[in-house]
Amino acid sequence: MDIRDVIDYLKSYDGRELKLMEVCGTHTAAIFKNGIRDLISPKIKLISGPGCPVCVTPTAYIDRCVEYACTPGCELLTFGDMMKVPGSRGSLSENKAEAEEGGGRITIMYSPFEAIEKARANPDTTYVVAAVGFETTAPTYALMIQQAKALGIENIKLVTALKTAVPALEWICRNQEDIDGFICPGHVSVITGVHVYDELASEYGKPFVISGFEAEHILAAIYRIVKQIEAGMGRVENMYTNAVRENGNRKALDAIETAFCAGPAMWRGLGVIPESGLYLAGDYAGYDGGSRDLVEDMELPEGCRCGDVITGKINPDQCPMFAGGTCTPMKPFGPCMVSSEGSCGIWYRNKH
Amino acid sequence: MCVAIPGRVTEIEGTTAKVDFNGNMVNVNVGLVEPEVGQYVLVHAGCAIEVMDKEQAQEIIDLFADLEALS
Repeated sequence: MDIRDVIDYLKSYDGRELKLMEVCGTHTAAIFKNGIRDLISPKIKLISGPGCPVCVTPTAYIDRCVEYACTPGCELLTFGDMMKVPGSRGSLSENKAEAEEGGGRITIMYSPFEAIEKARANPDTTYVVAAVGFETTAPTYALMIQQAKALGIENIKLVTALKTAVPALEWICRNQEDIDGFICPGHVSVITGVHVYDELASEYGKPFVISGFEAEHILAAIYRIVKQIEAGMGRVENMYTNAVRENGNRKALDAIETAFCAGPAMWRGLGVIPESGLYLAGDYAGYDGGSRDLVEDMELPEGCRCGDVITGKINPDQCPMFAGGTCTPMKPFGPCMVSSEGSCGIWYRNKH
Repeated sequence: MCVAIPGRVTEIEGTTAKVDFNGNMVNVNVGLVEPEVGQYVLVHAGCAIEVMDKEQAQEIIDLFADLEALS
């Protein structure tokens, strides 16, 4: 069997219409980049779920980051994706000059470990890390903060918007019964392992297939989901065995368990989901920059259908603000247009 | 956001490794994995999150073999 057999099968699929959801923004991007939708039957719909941590970040979080960035003696370190996400006082990008005038600063980081080097070199500056991400990134923050504590560094804070995938998948299973199967996030699964999806698969009787990020991985995952559905199965399968182990990365899971504990978190478009957030805890709680309070989300402008896009109820071009040209990557209203892995941004770049 | 890229480990010192990404050498934290020099690691945000068993070309060949076995 090779890729042509898989494509032939998926292209000629003529059973009932299927809705498959991918819940990873990197998958959404890879599906577009490789033209996967054109390679499969129109009866297999690929829906983009809430798979980009930037896109589900509430306004209150951006506002807190802006507040820190504008505080004299503070430097906010963030991944570039967060810069243009709108807050109620504007985005980080829009507040960059004001931050610097006020004695603060905003710096784009490549790795959270940069905070350690900076904090040691400049003990009078407080480095505030905008710690956004899923399980993939959480262990890196955990390792960094453990290192900071071991070195006796006190001038680092984390404002966390760390979320876990399984509670969100469960929310979708409960609220969107029409999704027939899930393409599970490859790099989240590297950390969590295969079995975190077992309960969902058996409770809801749907296929959960872990995929990597090459076109071949994604096609193989779609193929297995369709095959499972045709055979009346709903189980977990791993199609990314080169990176995803049965039990995940134990060291990474231990790092998460040591530094964080679970709590409720706000997902834009979905609302507050219990136990879906990770917050600094125990010996590390002192490094937290007030992350638990950041659940407020600003009312979206009239016409904005961010929530429906994130939950896969509509495609981005069915949102009036997208279709009318009001919301663009140059002037985004919702974070799904801002992030390079947000559904709207990806659709926009691929249609224009 | 969850992008991770494989690179080959060329040197390891403590929890830091030099990783080769198509000729670009980058220092990577390897505190979450136990790689050996010459192995490929999957790197995300400056941190290696897993050691890859195979090179990608071999992986894809094996992927279709797995599919056939499942069918």
